[in-house]
Amino acid sequence: MKIKILVLTIFYLIGSFNLSYAANSEKVDQISKNLRCLICQGQSVYDSQSDFALSMKILIQNKIDEGKNDEQIYDFLKSKYGEWIVYDPEINKNTVLLWLLPLILFVFGGILILRKVSIK
Amino acid sequence: MVKNIKLIAVVFLVIVSFFILLKGLNKTNNYSPNLNSSNIDFNFKAKFLYSNEETTLYELINDKDFSLINIWASWCLPCRDEHPYLLNLNSLGKLNIIGINYKDSEINAKKFIKELGNPYSKIVVDPSGVNSIELGAYGVPETILINNNSKTILKKYIGPLDDKKLAELKMIIKNEN
Repeated sequence: MKIKILVLTIFYLIGSFNLSYAANSEKVDQISKNLRCLICQGQSVYDSQSDFALSMKILIQNKIDEGKNDEQIYDFLKSKYGEWIVYDPEINKNTVLLWLLPLILFVFGGILILRKVSIK
Repeated sequence: MVKNIKLIAVVFLVIVSFFILLKGLNKTNNYSPNLNSSNIDFNFKAKFLYSNEETTLYELINDKDFSLINIWASWCLPCRDEHPYLLNLNSLGKLNIIGINYKDSEINAKKFIKELGNPYSKIVVDPSGVNSIELGAYGVPETILINNNSKTILKKYIGPLDDKKLAELKMIIKNEN
C-alpha cells in the first residue's frame, strides 16, 4: 500500500513538473512563431536552430519569467530590431497598400458581380 | 459595357502588379534595420571573462570619449580576420574597446586572446547570447561605436571590419572630436 502511494506521488510530481514546464515553453513557442528569424530569412524564430534564434528563445523565456506580457516582449524586440522582426505588419505608409489591396479587390469584385446580376 | 469593365479591370491589375514587382526588383532582399535608431539598454548585465564579477554597460563605457563594442567568438573565423583591425584601433588610444565573447568556451576564448593579442580594455562573456540580443546584435562579428558622453550609437557594423570600415571609423572619431 505504502509503495503504491509512493509510486503515485512520484508520478504526480513528474506530471505536474512536466505540465508547468510545458506551459512556459508553449508560450515561448507561441511568441517565437510570430517572430522573423533575421539571419535566416524565410524561417520564423520558432523554426530556426540558428544561434540567433536559440538566444532569442532564451531571451523570450527570461522576459516571461520577469513577468512581461506578449505585447511588451514584441515592443522590446521591435525597439531593438525594428518593425521587420514581427510577422504582423503595422499600418503605415509602406504597408498601406498591403492592407488596402484585398479590400479594394473585394469591393471591385462585388461591383462586377452586382453589375452582372442586375444586367441579367 | 460589361466587356469593357472586364478589360479595364484586367489591364488595371496587370499594370498595378507590374509596377509593384518592378519596384521590388530594385530593392535588395537582405534586410538591414535602421542601425542608428536601435537604442541600447545600458543596464545590460554581464560577467567578465577574467574574473567572476558582474558589471553593467554603464560601468564599462565610462572612460574616454568613445567606446567600441565588439562581439566576437573564438570559433568565428571572420573574427580572426578582423582582429588586426581592432589592435590597430586600440593603438590610437582614443577608444575604449569592449569585447563581448559570444557563446564561447572560456578556455578557447582565452587561448584566442593569448594567440592574437588583446585589443580589448575589458572583456565580458555572453554564454547564452542573450546580452547580444539586448544590444540588438545579429551574431558575430559585430561592432558598435558609441559616444560615451551622449550615450548614442554613432555607427554599427554587421560583419568583420575591413580597410574601408577602419578608415570610416577613424574618420568619425576625428570629426566628432
